[in-house]
Formats: sequence, C-alpha cells, structure tokens
Amino acid sequence: MRKLLMQGLGRRPLSETAPLATDAGIEELGRTLTQTLRRRLGRSLSIRVVDAGSCNGCELELNALANPFYDLERFGLHFVASPRHADVLMVTGPVTRNMREALERTHTAMPNPKWVIAVGDCARDGGCFKGSYAICGGVDAVIPVDLHIPGCPPTPTALLQGLIALMDRTNVPR
Amino acid sequence: MGKAQITTVTLAEWVVAAEALAAGDATLLSLWGADGAVQMALMDAGHGLRVLTLPTETTFPSVARHHAPAQRLERTMTDLYGLTPAATPDPRPWLDHGRWPMRHPLGAKGPVAPEPPYAFLPVEGESLHQVAVGPVHAGIIEPGHFRFTAQGETVVRLEQRLGYTHKGVDALMLGASLERGAQIAGRVSGDSAVAYQWGFARAVETALDASVPPRATALRAVMAELERLANHLGDIGAICNDAAFAMMLAHCGALREHTLRAVGLAFGHRFCRDCICPGGVARDLTTEGAGALRDLVAEVRAKFPALVALYDGTASLQDRTVATGTLSPALAARFGAGGYVGRASGRDFDTRRDLPYAPYDRLSFTVPTRAEGDVNARVWVRIHEVEQSLALLSQLLDTLPEGPIHAALRAPTEPSAALTLTEGFRGDILIWLAMDASGTITRCHLRDPSWFQWPLLEAVIDGNIIADFPLCNKSFNCSYSGVDL
Ligand code: SF4
Repeated sequence: MRKLLMQGLGRRPLSETAPLATDAGIEELGRTLTQTLRRRLGRSLSIRVVDAGSCNGCELELNALANPFYDLERFGLHFVASPRHADVLMVTGPVTRNMREALERTHTAMPNPKWVIAVGDCARDGGCFKGSYAICGGVDAVIPVDLHIPGCPPTPTALLQGLIALMDRTNVPR
Repeated sequence: MGKAQITTVTLAEWVVAAEALAAGDATLLSLWGADGAVQMALMDAGHGLRVLTLPTETTFPSVARHHAPAQRLERTMTDLYGLTPAATPDPRPWLDHGRWPMRHPLGAKGPVAPEPPYAFLPVEGESLHQVAVGPVHAGIIEPGHFRFTAQGETVVRLEQRLGYTHKGVDALMLGASLERGAQIAGRVSGDSAVAYQWGFARAVETALDASVPPRATALRAVMAELERLANHLGDIGAICNDAAFAMMLAHCGALREHTLRAVGLAFGHRFCRDCICPGGVARDLTTEGAGALRDLVAEVRAKFPALVALYDGTASLQDRTVATGTLSPALAARFGAGGYVGRASGRDFDTRRDLPYAPYDRLSFTVPTRAEGDVNARVWVRIHEVEQSLALLSQLLDTLPEGPIHAALRAPTEPSAALTLTEGFRGDILIWLAMDASGTITRCHLRDPSWFQWPLLEAVIDGNIIADFPLCNKSFNCSYSGVDL
C-alpha cells in the first residue's frame, strides 16, 4: 500500500491529465460550474439522485462522476444521502408506477429552493419504454422538471454540462 | 450450443420434472407464463436443455412447492398472466404492487382490486427489532426494499421486496418487431447491455437458422469481454470501498473509466448500446479502435497486479471479506447460481465453455472457481475473470477475421421459437423468443442471472451483522432492473 501511495504523491493527479481527446474540457467545465455556483448560490451544490425505474445505465454514468477523472467533489458538488440536504434532485428512468410515490415523497422532503433534473431519454418521456402500462411516462408527469439531460445514458461530460446549464438559468433569491 | 428440446407435456410429466429439480437431477433455468400455457426451462446433468410447455388457462401444479428457486418466478407469472400455481407455498404478489391500471396485464386483464398491505413474513423471538431500508437508498443505486430483522447487531432474517423498477418489458415485447425487440432487450439491465443484445440476437438467429459472419461473432465477444472487464473492475473497487478501503475504488475506478473510454472510441458508445443486431453487429472496429483496445489491455495488464497485491496484502480489508456472507456450495448448486456467485461456491459452470457459442468454441480460456463462498472468494473469482477477459481480448484482437459484419436474415416463413443462454458478467442470461410467421414477437422472456442470486443473498446474510450487508450485497451485485423487468 505504501508503494502505491508514494507513487500517487509523485504523480500528477488523474483528474488533470488528458489521456484521451474526450478528456479535454472536463477541467474547464468544472471551473465554469464552480464559478456559476458561487455566483448563484454562494456555495456548493448538493445533489440527491433517485432511480425511478431506470435500466441502471444512467446510474453507471452518474457514479462515474465520482471517479478520479471527473471527481465531482472538487467542483463543490456533492451527492448526498438525504433529500433534506439536497438542492438538486436528479431523476433517472421512465418513472415506473411502482416508484411514483417514492419519487414524490423524496421531492417533497427537499427544502426550497429546489431543482429537478431529468436524466436520460427514459426520464424525458419514457424513452424505450414509452407506452407501457407500468410507467408514468417521464419525470414531469409526476414532479416539475427544470432541465432534461438527453442520452442513453448521458455521458459524464453531458451530465456536467447539464448541471452548468441548470445553474446558469436559475435565479436564486439571495 | 445444442438446440433446446421443446416439448408439450402433461400434468403428470410437469410434476415429474418439478420433482427432478427438487432431487437435484436437473437445474431450473426459468419458468414463465405464455398465452394459454406455462413453460419451464431446465438443464440436465449433461448440460442438455429442455423447454416444457404445459397448456393451461388457469392453474398449474406449483414447482416452488417442490423446488424453492421457482418461487419468485411463479409469483411473477401470477402477477402478469393470472396463472396460479396450485398449492404454492407463497401466494403473495411479487411485481404487482397494486399500482398498475389493471391486474394481470398479459392475461385476462382484470380491474385493480384494493390490496391489503404487503405482508412481510412474520418473525417471532425475543428482543428482535426490524430495520426497513428503501426503496430509495442512500447511494446511487437501484431501488428495492430490504426488511432486516436483527437481534442486536446480528441479522436473523433479511426479506427483499423488489418490483419497483418494473417497466412492463414482457408486454412491450409482445407484437414488437425483431428490431424493436433488440432495442428493448439491450435496455433490460444497463450494465449488461452487450450480453442482452447478444443473447437476443442469438435467439433470433437460432430460431431462423441463420449464420453470422465470423468477424461479427468475434466483435461481439470483444464487446462482451470489455463489458465484463468494466463491470468487474468497477465492482472490485466498490466492494473494497464498502469495506472502508477507498483507495481501491479510486484505482479500480480509473481503470474502469479507461475501459469505458476505449469502448467508446472503438464502438462509438461507452456501453455498446445498440451495437449488436440480429444477423451481426452494427459497428465495425477500425484499426484505430483496435489500437485503443490493445493499449487498454496493456494498461490494465500493467496496473492491475499491483491492485491485486494491495487487496491480498491488506489485513484490515481481508478481515472484512474473509468468512463474510458465506454461500454454501449445496445452496449455490440448488439455485443454479450463475456467474461469480456460483463459481465462488464451487459451481463450475460457464455457458461460454459448457454450452459454447461462436467464437468461444475456438478460444482458449479457463473458468476460475473457489470453494469457500465468502465475499473474499467472490472477489478472487472476479480478479481471475479480469485476467481471463484480458487474455481473451488479446486472442480476439490477434485473430480478428476479415469480412462482413452483418448478414441479412431470411424472412421467416413459419412460426418459430428458440432458447439461448449467453454469459453476461453476472452469469447466464436466458432468452426465450417465440415469433410468428411474419417475424413479429409473440413472446419474449428474459431471465437475468439475478433471479437465482437475490434469494441467495437473503440466505448468506443470516448470522452476519447489519453493517456487513452493503459488503455482501455489493459482492453479489444483483440487478434490480433485470429481474423487475
Ligand atoms: S435512458 Fe437509457 S441508460 Fe438511462 S435508464 Fe433509460 S434505457 Fe437506461
């Protein structure tokens, strides 16, 4: 373990290297996001995620935001465990009827002001599962949505861009 | 892989099959409802596959009465089709939470009747307390409800209640075109997109007796091994993180991200969404893409051993994973547990080797197994599977055949059906596909490996402390969406 830790000390952090072309811009995106957050909220942002019946694909990319390449926390964004600590609710999946109440209750438990982001094609209108008896057909059929991030699933970069777009267009009473 | 033998059986023959399952002479692969029938797939000791069809409009002899692994499958048949197992040990609904606009959406649809609240199994004993968790969990994971009964810190019973992510996949499949069917199959469990797409494509190809160009089957295997690699890397890190060892998560997470990026570069999507279609694959691999994959294999080969050594050499980590969440070989065999869950408990089964399909029939690899059945054994099986996937990727890239990547399917002329088993990272995914003479799907049943792993998770947590549940759970990493459908 000591060896790996020592190696880590002598190396540039992964989150700043750009091993592949797609990496360019993450850092910049993050900085923009931090600035917008400071301007709008005067502090960092807490996010609660609810899977309202996704295929788990969207969760994989939301989880990827925490890996050393994206490292969401460094931009002042945290995933929180309780809706009572959250500013933003990110919802994935077509909102199954079996998850409807749990989603509503999570949303109700959040303090104001709060925002909702529908993540992925399913969350917009049911996506691939449109027309099924078992779904409500998108997040805004159940709770008001402020922003939709398309993709199946959206890439981590798209998720970051979405968060910036949300903060850019919100007016927070300070 | 040999074709499954499909037969119509009598009541008596159905019961004989159920008893054979209970006696351990055969393994239950799945059980599902259809129009005017119930169907059962089983595998005998020599890996021969059989599909039994029992015509019925209402009831059928319960298989779960003889063989517990059938229980949730039967409850699902009742919920979806209204077919009731006679003398079932558990008549409670499973997927139907009383929230759909109708009952039995695939059978004789009925109006919703007010349901009594779901009855969890009764518990009796001194100083027991219950902890209810979910469906919304603290982390970014899928929704499900866990009801723990504990005595002090020790879990005496865990009862799962799932179905929250039920999207009505079986109904969406009815009447769908093969193209649409492939799209839905690929979205049953996002982390197994490749395995499901491949399984579905193989079912279509088997039903239509179609052959697939060798380059296409090789590329499918490349995608499938990359999927296995990405999932194993991510989960090994996550398991260690649940044992409060975050460093492994960071390092494994970085390797996983490298893998996903290489996949994105090679196939245009980080999870190969819609990259496999019946008849072949939708994306060819360019020289540049192959180069990215070779670099990836070299990188993981170079960095992974140090992480394995770290896992092996950290006593505080081993202290959490060794002898935690132990699954007995007998139980693993009885439930036909697939993937690393079964293999870590001595169930030496892998469809890539035992029911081989192209290109695995020409590749060399081993199937790692362990006997201990604890979290540690599951981690080790996955570590060795990472090594095997790397070796397979090298073989595949070195011997990639030239030629077309897709062959047009002949139009069907008569109704047909097929059963396939395809190895996803969690284990064998079963797909039963029936279509009519125009190629329209008349039934598609997708059975995730998690069907038989979830109930085992209930069993292994017994006698462990609640605090070890996340660790046990992650070491199984069952799919919610894959079983809720
Ligand atoms: S948008 Fe795609 S990845 Fe996300 S839940 Fe829906 S099917 Fe899965």
